[in-house]
Amino acid sequence: MSDAIRNPAGPVELEARQLSVLYGETRALKYVSLSIPDRKVVAFIGPSGCGKSTLLRCFNRMNDLIPGVTIEGEALFQGRNLYGAGVDAVDVRRRIGMVFQKPNPFPKSIYDNVLFGPKINGYTGDFNELVERSLRQAALWDEVKDRLDSSALALSGGQQQRLCIARALAVEPEVLLMDEPASALDPIATQKIEDLIYELKQDYTVVIVTHNMQQAARVSDHTAFLYMGEVIEYGPTNELFTNPREERTEAYITGRFG
Amino acid sequence: MSHRHFQDDLDKLNTSLIRMAGLAETAVKTAVEALTSRNRDTAYEVIDQDGDIDAAEMEIDDLAVNLLALQQPMARDLRLITIAMKIANDLERVGDHAVNIAETVIYMVQGAHFPVLPEIEEMARISTDMLSVALDSFIRGDAVMARTVIKRDDRVDELHANNFRILLTHMMEDPRRIGAGMDLLLVSGNLERIADLATNISEDVVYLVEGRSIKHRASDREREGADAS
Repeated sequence: MSDAIRNPAGPVELEARQLSVLYGETRALKYVSLSIPDRKVVAFIGPSGCGKSTLLRCFNRMNDLIPGVTIEGEALFQGRNLYGAGVDAVDVRRRIGMVFQKPNPFPKSIYDNVLFGPKINGYTGDFNELVERSLRQAALWDEVKDRLDSSALALSGGQQQRLCIARALAVEPEVLLMDEPASALDPIATQKIEDLIYELKQDYTVVIVTHNMQQAARVSDHTAFLYMGEVIEYGPTNELFTNPREERTEAYITGRFG
Repeated sequence: MSHRHFQDDLDKLNTSLIRMAGLAETAVKTAVEALTSRNRDTAYEVIDQDGDIDAAEMEIDDLAVNLLALQQPMARDLRLITIAMKIANDLERVGDHAVNIAETVIYMVQGAHFPVLPEIEEMARISTDMLSVALDSFIRGDAVMARTVIKRDDRVDELHANNFRILLTHMMEDPRRIGAGMDLLLVSGNLERIADLATNISEDVVYLVEGRSIKHRASDREREGADAS
């Protein structure tokens, strides 16, 4: 590919190789190849329908759940094809967690929300310790430690989203995929999520899809710009936002797209 | 309530600027010391260290552009980043003026003897002090302190005008002194520019702290006064 695709150096956690996704006859993602480094934040940006969410969902096999979808090419996690024979989609989703646009806590207590995944997976360790650790990692502990038994639905939107992050972290994944995690939140709650992402990359690989490119600029180490199902440019975030190599990237980030 | 990530980068920018300020201040002080002691080795020190100041300017520009592009700074943060670029540019010029003085000292030591005028020594004292106080006001975020610098610029301008007159007289009296007289006049000009740059930095500090520009204030005030009457 052209020099507009600059894969980062260092250990690779996730990789797409000639990856395509077809919805029926329509190729929504077209032969995408890029690699995502370990313990960094990578952002996918691009206009609606560019394929950024589709690409993200390939990495924990969420597209499998949509009828009529065909995947071509490879999506690798630590060098192993996620779509290879004998790969357990449930295990993939445990190791590669996901946080969605709208917070979706279960109608249960805060405590039970965090433990939901670990209990299904047969976690046998100390529940209290796991709840506290997960909530601390999600920067929510101090706000809820005195009311762990109250309903998760009583939390604010921003708190619910951090609870969903805590729930995703409780099963001890290696990667966290985030699909527009802050688009339903106000600026303060958004900032908390962004701060949290900055902290999380100490321990996790984070991939975030956002249509807010300022957010991508603020939180990510590397950014991929997608358009019409293709990766137009991929590189270090500071370079992509100060000196993009592709005219289409420049047009998009300066708001002159059309 | 600002982003931790952003705050880290902003601190880095601040630290780089303070470090660069120290380099530029040292360059001027060393150049003045070389001038008053007529020491070539000291003058060469200034020239050798100018590369560090240039590198610091580029580093600060880089940091500032990245912060602007990636963090969408607002209010005081935005002012800090934009003045950081201007101050870095001013400090780079300060470093160049120090180098000019150092180069002149090297020629002076080689050429005919001409005593350094007491006026030039006074200018050197005031200009270096203005620069120190300007940088200190930046570090402390103290607009009151910054304003004291701006007031002293007139005295430096006056001394420069005096030097011009004195040196011109000497040169007219004895044409053999023209070379040395011109050298000192250049030094005087460099010191005057350093005081101007210290003034610019102080004006930027006032902008940083108070959020309003006081540049070209004197002339604006006069015009307002004239309109009102």
